[in-house]
Amino acid sequence: MFFPTELQTTTLQAKLFCPVLEVLGSHLLKLYPIGVINTIAKLAKTCTLRLTVDKLYFILTDKVANGGVSMWCELSQGNFFDEFQMEGVAAEHNEIYLELTPENLSRALKTAQNAKMVKIKLTNKHCPCLTVAVELPSLSSSSRIVTHDIPVGVIPRRLWNDFREPSVPDFDVSIYLPVLKTMKSVVERMKNLSNCIVLEANLNGEMNLKIETDLVSVTTHFKGLGNPPWVSEDGSQNSTQDRDPESMAEARIDIRKLLQLLAGQQVNPTKALCNIVSKRIVHFILLHEEVSLQYFIPALA
Amino acid sequence: MRCLVTGGNVKVLGKAVHSLSRIGDELYVEPTEDGLSLRAVNSSRSAYTCFLFAPLFFQLYEEGSPDPDGETFRCKVLMKSFLSVFRSLPSLEKMVEKCLISLNPRASRLVVQLHCKYGVTKTHNLSFQECELLQAVFDKELCANMLRAPARVLVDAVIHFPVTLAEVTLGVSPAGKVSFRNYLDEETEPSRTMVTELCLSEDEFQDVQVQQQSHVTFCLKEFRGLLSFAESSNLPLNIHFDSPGRPAIFTLSDPLLEVHLVLATLSDPNSSSQVRSTTLQARPANGAFPTATPDDDFMGDDIDSYMIAMETTCEEGPGLPSSPTFPQRCPHPGAALESESSTMESDLEGAVPGTPPQKKFRSLFFGSVLTQSQAGTHPGPSQDVLAEDSEGES
Repeated sequence: MFFPTELQTTTLQAKLFCPVLEVLGSHLLKLYPIGVINTIAKLAKTCTLRLTVDKLYFILTDKVANGGVSMWCELSQGNFFDEFQMEGVAAEHNEIYLELTPENLSRALKTAQNAKMVKIKLTNKHCPCLTVAVELPSLSSSSRIVTHDIPVGVIPRRLWNDFREPSVPDFDVSIYLPVLKTMKSVVERMKNLSNCIVLEANLNGEMNLKIETDLVSVTTHFKGLGNPPWVSEDGSQNSTQDRDPESMAEARIDIRKLLQLLAGQQVNPTKALCNIVSKRIVHFILLHEEVSLQYFIPALA
Repeated sequence: MRCLVTGGNVKVLGKAVHSLSRIGDELYVEPTEDGLSLRAVNSSRSAYTCFLFAPLFFQLYEEGSPDPDGETFRCKVLMKSFLSVFRSLPSLEKMVEKCLISLNPRASRLVVQLHCKYGVTKTHNLSFQECELLQAVFDKELCANMLRAPARVLVDAVIHFPVTLAEVTLGVSPAGKVSFRNYLDEETEPSRTMVTELCLSEDEFQDVQVQQQSHVTFCLKEFRGLLSFAESSNLPLNIHFDSPGRPAIFTLSDPLLEVHLVLATLSDPNSSSQVRSTTLQARPANGAFPTATPDDDFMGDDIDSYMIAMETTCEEGPGLPSSPTFPQRCPHPGAALESESSTMESDLEGAVPGTPPQKKFRSLFFGSVLTQSQAGTHPGPSQDVLAEDSEGES
């Protein structure tokens, strides 16, 4: 018997705790999802995992507890799992929302690096758990089995509205980010000097990272970054076209939040860009082949 | 005492010191006719390790003459100082050709001299303190269960646990299943902590002797220290254990080197073996030490924990009252015991939750195993358990 416990429903939560999830996948070992989950583990202590038939989402809502940052990360399950069986709470809402600690998931998947097989299942042990069972090769005829029981909270349907995909803000400037590794080393050094960093950019592909204290101010200039072409829904050109290309849109943000985002990147994304709403919010978008990550950092007063 | 280590054995010695440093802050050095023994114990007396290097391990081994009382000289040095000599294992391997350790009781220094390539000699003069015998009492023959596995298997097993994990539970069943699981103590909320369990089949082990299903919980950090030594030595590791509360004994052996690591295991407050585990607790001569029972909450609300009762006795002469709990073979608890017990009691009464160590494991019994006359025939690390089951005695 591969799993020690079968899914059980408790009488108290019979309606809530109906979801069934059984995922079989050896492809989980690809670098991207593990890398992304590692990033998310660095960004948030707890987050919401939303499972639908096609996709997995890691969601962090902009609660005060998170310092106003929010995150939306999307992965297509088809790219990673060989078998995916899921039964949501109700047929018309075939989704499951779980609250979990991403670091646990990241640690559990770390052991799956050389696995023969990985199986993920929703179980009810001492509490609802996401059980990750990994079959590892061994020197003997029988495999080694590692099971990780990650405690999760099942989020009731009435709260699902809290976790809607954030819309792209009406930004002033959208610009591609510099090579993240470079950006990270710059920000890391700046972190020692100040808690806030000003991120400014214009439509000429120029971005500056600035810190300013009583004693010192440091600015790093990036040029030739390029601005992504956005097309608005009605097909017309983006309103930012009317903007003076030299004019900088800026936002002052918490440097640690920015560093958390940059430090977590282990694999260079295919596309990385940010949208700046002057003095309001910075919206980062990182795209890997099968994963997209959006991160919102509010501007400080 | 003088001993000379050459060639690849220098690195082995270095690795041994690294492993010892994971246990305690002081290194006990004792040259005997069976070889040089290096020992360490942790502050809560819940972990003890002994590396015994046979005379053949050395190119030259001179035990040194015993002092006029017939006692072999023994001392302890600061682990930090000794470790600093062997800190960088890669450079030990590359540069050091010979290592000479000499100890002169009349001088005040333990000298470690590294003869390196290119004519470089590094001499370290470490100050030492004379000390009493450090000897944990344990007998692996009394353990019901035994596992033997290549270190590689065990390293691969513990790699799944985070480096910060304090304790791990090893479980065995007669059906041949061996499992490692992270231990959740009473302070952690089970609904918030991830539980990881690794199952190995007995095929992965070279030998499995399990009498009944049991599980023991011990400190992972100290175990990892031995594992890293074992991995580099390529020797199989033996694990002897019994019921919760009784110490787990890990051994490696080879004609030139014998390693023992004894770890106290958490006692299970719900099991009947609780009673048996009081065997290992030392009692002061006046018997005033409170009996450890499940109802006894002098430690506060942590009923798993009992203050470690440990004595490093010295070879004091007769004239001191003999403890009623020690059998005749070990009749003379030294003065150290008396003072030890009084501090113990005051510690127990004033125990503040949060004072390290948080978890107090069932004690290891350290006893004076030698009377005056037996001093010369030091039996070596494997001792018979001397304290009888003290249940029922005052």
